[in-house]
Amino acid sequence: MRITSAEHLTQLQKEYQKEAAKFPRKILVCLGPGCLAAGSDRIYDAFLNHIAQRNIKGITVEAVKKTGCHGLCTQGPLVTIEPDGLFYTRIQAKGVPEIIEKTLEKNEVITKLLYSTPGKSQKIEKWADIPFYSHQMRIGLRNVGQIDPENIKDYVAVGGYQALAKALTMTPEQVISEVKTSGLRGRGGAGFPTGKKWETCRKVDSDIRYVICNGDEGDPGAFMDRCIMEGDPHSVLEGMIICAHAVGSISGYIYVREEYPLAILNLQKAIEAAREFGLLGKNILGSGLNFDIKISRGGGAFVCGESSALMRSVAGEVGEPRAKYIRSVIKGLHDKPTVLNNVESFATVPVIINEGGKKFASIGTPRSTGTKAFSLAGKINNTGLIEVPMGISLREIIFDIGGGIPDGRKFKAVQTGGPSGGCLPESKLDLPVDFDSLTEAGSMMGSGGMIIMDDRTCMVDVAKYFLGFLVEESCGKCVPCREGLYQLHALCVRITEGKGEPGDLELMEKLSKYIQLGSLCGLGQSGPNPFMSTLEHFREEYEAHINHKKCPAGVCRALIKYEIIDACTGCLACIPVCPVGAITGEKKKKHFINQAICDQCGSCYAVCQFDAIEVK
Amino acid sequence: MMHDLSKIEEIIDRSPKEPGALIAVLQDIQREFHYLPCEALTATSRALGVPLSKVFSVSTFYNAFSLTPRGEKIIRICQGTACHIKGAKLVQEQIESNLGIKAGETTKDMKYTIEVVNCVGACAMAPVIIVNNKYHGKVRCDQTRKLLGIK
Repeated sequence: MRITSAEHLTQLQKEYQKEAAKFPRKILVCLGPGCLAAGSDRIYDAFLNHIAQRNIKGITVEAVKKTGCHGLCTQGPLVTIEPDGLFYTRIQAKGVPEIIEKTLEKNEVITKLLYSTPGKSQKIEKWADIPFYSHQMRIGLRNVGQIDPENIKDYVAVGGYQALAKALTMTPEQVISEVKTSGLRGRGGAGFPTGKKWETCRKVDSDIRYVICNGDEGDPGAFMDRCIMEGDPHSVLEGMIICAHAVGSISGYIYVREEYPLAILNLQKAIEAAREFGLLGKNILGSGLNFDIKISRGGGAFVCGESSALMRSVAGEVGEPRAKYIRSVIKGLHDKPTVLNNVESFATVPVIINEGGKKFASIGTPRSTGTKAFSLAGKINNTGLIEVPMGISLREIIFDIGGGIPDGRKFKAVQTGGPSGGCLPESKLDLPVDFDSLTEAGSMMGSGGMIIMDDRTCMVDVAKYFLGFLVEESCGKCVPCREGLYQLHALCVRITEGKGEPGDLELMEKLSKYIQLGSLCGLGQSGPNPFMSTLEHFREEYEAHINHKKCPAGVCRALIKYEIIDACTGCLACIPVCPVGAITGEKKKKHFINQAICDQCGSCYAVCQFDAIEVK
Repeated sequence: MMHDLSKIEEIIDRSPKEPGALIAVLQDIQREFHYLPCEALTATSRALGVPLSKVFSVSTFYNAFSLTPRGEKIIRICQGTACHIKGAKLVQEQIESNLGIKAGETTKDMKYTIEVVNCVGACAMAPVIIVNNKYHGKVRCDQTRKLLGIK
């Protein structure tokens, strides 16, 4: 079926809403990456099977929906029952009959499945009352977890493609002006004003212009874009079509990394459905606009998140960046003007068109407007996906929304911006989260991954980790990045091995400056950031490694040793996990680590349930 | 090793015969054989009109491609930041010691291959390993044998 006009779209929206109203009670099963890893696909199937078998008034299989990420991944698998807003956590497939019997049939709440606050035994029934959700504001993620991403009708029912219909009644200049008014800055990390980018592209004299969506999300620790592509693919398409109208493009690409097979699948389904509905292809909504989108799968190269490398990769070549004397918005894919925006930026555009740029600009801070999605991971109670207004403090994100640090440990640092970003210490916790404040503090917004670290994380090891990552991912085209990062990493390794010498840090600082100045693209220019920011805020930790040959966090193997203390119950658990066979002992008798054999891997420490192994 | 050449031809036939399709064709071949056989590289080069040197360059640049055959079970260990600080290295060492091979290698009986990936975006479940496309979250190093299906 083709939608031929804006009126037709509105008529369909009403029709789908009526259809949905037939099933007032909805069971939303989260199939986001976290819940899926915990087996939520089996829970979805269990709901379908059990509901099909029983005859419950008002509940049919159509009421069960698989949705994208609900956000609170750490409590997964998650199920929300709407319109009650009831929120069940840590569900198992075998518990599904009980939910159907008690909650769906008798309207009883099953207390053991409710969310309980970290450390306290307070149980919360509704998701909206959980601090993790109540502090959030969702724009880019508005539909993620609420609708079935594989069903275009769900998207249309919640007002999907209405922004496109509205944009098509506006001139391209008006659309660009609205996006400029909103103050939207690129959500991929660099924060370039989106409206300005579109305007530049439109003004370039060319027969062809391209629109590309960057779904490469190579930053380790970031999964916002993945959740949007998997959970609400149509919002990305809608944003791209609006952009095509604004800049005058007929051809678009979504570049998705191959590590995200479900995102590729859901986007592909969304593209096919949109074509069938006449929202992609020729004469979109009867407006005369022609535009189509193809998916381009990435090959697992971090550097392909960089614009010029990405465009070479879309063209089927090796993803090496070029020097950007001429920006890609002027000379991009196949040397034609190209708009490249991030997934979250495109998903936000429909809201800006619907509600107006001014309203969006009223959220956040004057120079960083709107909201931003973040993924919280690492040593934090509520790992998951969030979206908050810009300008919120790191403290609010980590402690109010994130629920603080688990196991009663102490907060040490938060890493933002992926390998190009940096680590911020406790003293920076009240910093407002916006593009400029984070950059000033020596980190960066990045695409939105936030890794929280506690006092058992060694900052030298973290710097070594990121440098190692960048050495692997450097494309090798320019020397400062290829050789400079290699040497910087080698020095870092030396320090963690207890072979650091006085003067190493000064040498590394000098080298970092050269790499920043001399590298061709953003990967190299920002490559030393993880080292520079950890050195700035945690210099004493580097010095402890070099001068005292100690790793205060107890991570660097060459500088620590493990010992079994009297708390050992003799449970034998640590003996089989020791890869070098260094632990001996009998049942119910204290075990012993042979220090001559032990390679300090820490496997025993990780499995001991009685805190009987100490790091010294 | 001999391969069903008709499969390779079938994949190439499906795609547009232009240099821009190179990565997509190699990805499809990789999906079929779990690696890029030598015959496939030459056939792709000929069909798309791309020099063999360039095909080789692309297939060695991207992490997703492998030029050596891989095992029946592919174990991908995530080494993203969240997994790293939650002990993914320990899990990796445990799996390496369980199978007697290092990351990037395949067991002699062609049963297992260990791969390290940068981030699979399931950070909330760190540390994560993926055994033949099935995700396993919050992996402890005493669980690896069970997850690999070995005693």
